[in-house]
Amino acid sequence: MSSLGVARQVGAVLLAIALAPLFMGWIAQCRAWLQNRSAPPLFLPWRMLRKLFWKDAALAEHASALFRATPYVLFGTMVLAAAIIPSVVLDLPFVLVADAIALVGLFATARVFIALAAMDIGTAFGTLGARREMMIGFLAEPALLMVFFNAFLISGSTALPTIAARLAAPPFVIYPSLAFAGIAFVMVLLAENARIPIDNPATHLELTMIHEAMVLEYSARHLALVEWASALKLFNYACIGFALFVPWGLASQHASPGTLLLAVVALVLKLALAGAALAVVETVSAKLRIFRAPEFLAMAFLLAVLGLLVHLLLGA
Amino acid sequence: MELLLVLGVPLLGAGVLAVLGHRRGAPEVNVLVSLATLVAAALLVVRVIRHGTMLVWREQFFIDPFNVFLVALTAFVGLTTALFSRPYMRIEEHRGRVNAQRLRLYHSMYQLFMAAMLLALLTNNLGLLWVAMEAATLSTVLLVSLYRTRASLEAAWKYFILCGVGIALALFGTILLYFAAEDLLGSEGMSALLWTHLDAVKGQLEPRVIGLAFVFLLVGYGTKVGLAPLHNWLPDAHAEGPTPVSAVLSGLLLNVALYAVIRCKVLAEGSIPGVAGRMLMGFGLLSAVLASFFLWRQRDIKRLFAYSSIEHMGIITFAFGMGGVVANFAGLLHMTVHSLTKSAIFFAAGHASQTAGTQRMDGIRGLLLLSPTIGWGLMLGALAILGLPPFGVFASEFLILTTAMRDHPWATPILLGALGVAFAAIFGRVQPMVFGETQSRPLPHSPALLPVFVHLAIVLMLGVYIPPALAEWYRLAARLIG
Amino acid sequence: MPAPTLTAQLLNGFAAGLLLISFSMLSQRRTRALITLFAWQGAILFASTSLVAYSAGLRHLWYSAALTLVLKVFLLPFILLRLVRRLEAQWDTETLLNIPTTMLLGVGLVIFAFGLAQPISALATTITRNTLGIALAIILLAFLMMITRRKAVTQVVGFLAMENGLFFAATSATYGMPMVVELGIALDVLVGVLILGIFFFQIREQFESLDLHHLETLKED
Repeated sequence: MSSLGVARQVGAVLLAIALAPLFMGWIAQCRAWLQNRSAPPLFLPWRMLRKLFWKDAALAEHASALFRATPYVLFGTMVLAAAIIPSVVLDLPFVLVADAIALVGLFATARVFIALAAMDIGTAFGTLGARREMMIGFLAEPALLMVFFNAFLISGSTALPTIAARLAAPPFVIYPSLAFAGIAFVMVLLAENARIPIDNPATHLELTMIHEAMVLEYSARHLALVEWASALKLFNYACIGFALFVPWGLASQHASPGTLLLAVVALVLKLALAGAALAVVETVSAKLRIFRAPEFLAMAFLLAVLGLLVHLLLGA
Repeated sequence: MELLLVLGVPLLGAGVLAVLGHRRGAPEVNVLVSLATLVAAALLVVRVIRHGTMLVWREQFFIDPFNVFLVALTAFVGLTTALFSRPYMRIEEHRGRVNAQRLRLYHSMYQLFMAAMLLALLTNNLGLLWVAMEAATLSTVLLVSLYRTRASLEAAWKYFILCGVGIALALFGTILLYFAAEDLLGSEGMSALLWTHLDAVKGQLEPRVIGLAFVFLLVGYGTKVGLAPLHNWLPDAHAEGPTPVSAVLSGLLLNVALYAVIRCKVLAEGSIPGVAGRMLMGFGLLSAVLASFFLWRQRDIKRLFAYSSIEHMGIITFAFGMGGVVANFAGLLHMTVHSLTKSAIFFAAGHASQTAGTQRMDGIRGLLLLSPTIGWGLMLGALAILGLPPFGVFASEFLILTTAMRDHPWATPILLGALGVAFAAIFGRVQPMVFGETQSRPLPHSPALLPVFVHLAIVLMLGVYIPPALAEWYRLAARLIG
Repeated sequence: MPAPTLTAQLLNGFAAGLLLISFSMLSQRRTRALITLFAWQGAILFASTSLVAYSAGLRHLWYSAALTLVLKVFLLPFILLRLVRRLEAQWDTETLLNIPTTMLLGVGLVIFAFGLAQPISALATTITRNTLGIALAIILLAFLMMITRRKAVTQVVGFLAMENGLFFAATSATYGMPMVVELGIALDVLVGVLILGIFFFQIREQFESLDLHHLETLKED
């Protein structure tokens, strides 16, 4: 493991940590534009985080150590995930040690912790949110795995960098199965990151909340970490999507600084487009009733399965 | 030339009747057009007898003893039904069930339907066959819903959807067939869709594709034949449409659909010997048995005889499934006598229900007192269709049964059972309708019962004595089917 | 694995798109969205037919592509949308089965269709042979839609989607049927839809609704 590799790895992770809240801010901005509202500034999430870090944390009376540790665990897992997913550089040391299935496991760990923490306090809303989160996670995970399987079948590998490199390599080939997988992936992304058809990130109505209901009891630095972690989660999902469906523009480990810079620019561009697209999706769709969520995710799962079938039949 | 007449006359008639089908003389025009069609068909028959099988118009049309015989039958029953429908529809109009506008639709669609069926019979192109079958369906959908009652709309809807789906499957089968033949015959022109060309190379077609294609074709056209388990539309469409339509559906359309199935079977047999025949036998037996048991549950007179049609179609399908000259001969004979007898029965049943003012069998009583001709027509028709000697149905069923006993002994008891069950069911219901007391009044227009007795007379004759010319003709056709 | 040609890839892509639309139709509850989807299906069909016509250099396929464009992308959806507006039948609220179950059945059908078509595809020589299974799947899915829906309009859209699948089968397996046949088929479909249009009005006149559960009285008792 070369020191250059380590340095670039650290750089990539820091970049992810820095860009994630901006990505959130960008989506909020796009949504505001689409809805003819005056947009919040791009750096609002950053300012929110700063404000929260300065405050004193208030803890519930019965909060256990688990409740206090969870924000750090969440943040830690998401940073780790960001290190595994190739966002700028294809073959960094961390990227090479874990594959996509480990990634799914990592996300699952985070989910278990936040659900436990939500139940730790014993409030009704926390428990409700935890239950809903587990239901959605339980349905979204197989769908996500199926999406991965599509890519695995094409590239013959479970490691994200290999998949990305294989898909990006010329000649350009159209994979119909990836179209199915792509739609399924977007559906999973929306569900897993508490976006609109499943959950409303901006809601103030506790009964309809999922993610928000779980973090109601957090404040100050804990809340900041939780929010940051969820921003990172969205960022990570976006990067997984890029690696699977638009794998162009990634630099290799020993690329020159110029190429590296180009890769960063490519990433920012992709993020900007993805954020805008996400905002469009969220604007045109209405939130589903919670009972419809299983249907939504079942469809994602079926689409991914269909992708597999199409791959097997068409051989492409 | 004769061919052009056979196809053109009903088409022209449809056009003329579409313009003046609501006038007073329209039923007579309808009869005249049908008569002209019959004359043209007769000319065609003469020509085929003299010159043998013919291929015309860039091989798009193909006339051999098998289909020309059905053409003659179709044109004949078309004429007698037109004769019957003249007073029948007058009475319906008198009772306010149809108005002049609908009569125009009725007459025009009737001729269009005849044209579509004749086209289906005469064409050599499997694609055109499909198109003609679909056209026949479409033209009868509006006929079935002619009364615009809830029940008739439902029946027509069911008919359209089920037959539409069925015929879509048949199209898929046709595509597969084309696909299988394309390599051998080339995709230039239509060679790979022409039945004669396919027939010439049937031994070289890829068996797997043909197997699949035949399944689709059988299920698709079989839906129109009314083979179980896709027979659901048939009783409804027969019961809710006007009686002349029931008569031509049962007497002709089922035959034409069966003709399509048999043409496909001939092709399939070349590639997958035995399999296609066994499938036909299976479907045929299932239909016959199922229908004979359903007969017991019927309360509506037209539904009763519709189920009887399913039963007989099952028997005919079984006969063709067995194959061989004798079985095919019997199948052709049965096709003829069934379509004559069944349309005669529908004529009589139509007038019977008009007399009683209901189609429910417990409402129809004492036909002999009201109108001896209707009563006797129904009684004799029922006896004929049940296979009592000396009617022709007996002869053909006897042939089918003996062939089955020789080649497939296991099937004989099943067939006999089905026939027995059907006999008990129909006879038990027809008898009280014909005999017994009644309060109904006679009809306002005198019914046309000539067709009934003409049909029954022919059936009787075929039972006692088949003219050598006709027998020779059947034998030729039977040999063609193989 | 040698990389297939661009045309073949595009065709595979179109096939996948058609299948995708079939599934969206299966899961779509709103009638108007359904008709829009049907129009899109027609558009993809048009694109794929044109592509086959272009790559195989077949003139008659161009005609059928044009026919598809006019009939299935513009005319039929237009007629259906007008009907829906006139009849105020925008919603298809109740399906017979809930949608995930339907979708699951749909996936089963797709597997079945692929299994059925596999040996046949192996025989075809056209560049489009792989798509036969997809065509069969589209037909079966449309069939499923007709079975599970209750509204008359939806059933008709299912019927037309089935026809789309057949057309796709014809182009993908055999480079299209001869022109006369295709014209005949198109005519039949058009007439069929017109008749159904008349029918809708008759049904609504009688039942004051297009819900087909009114049409379940004719049963064996």
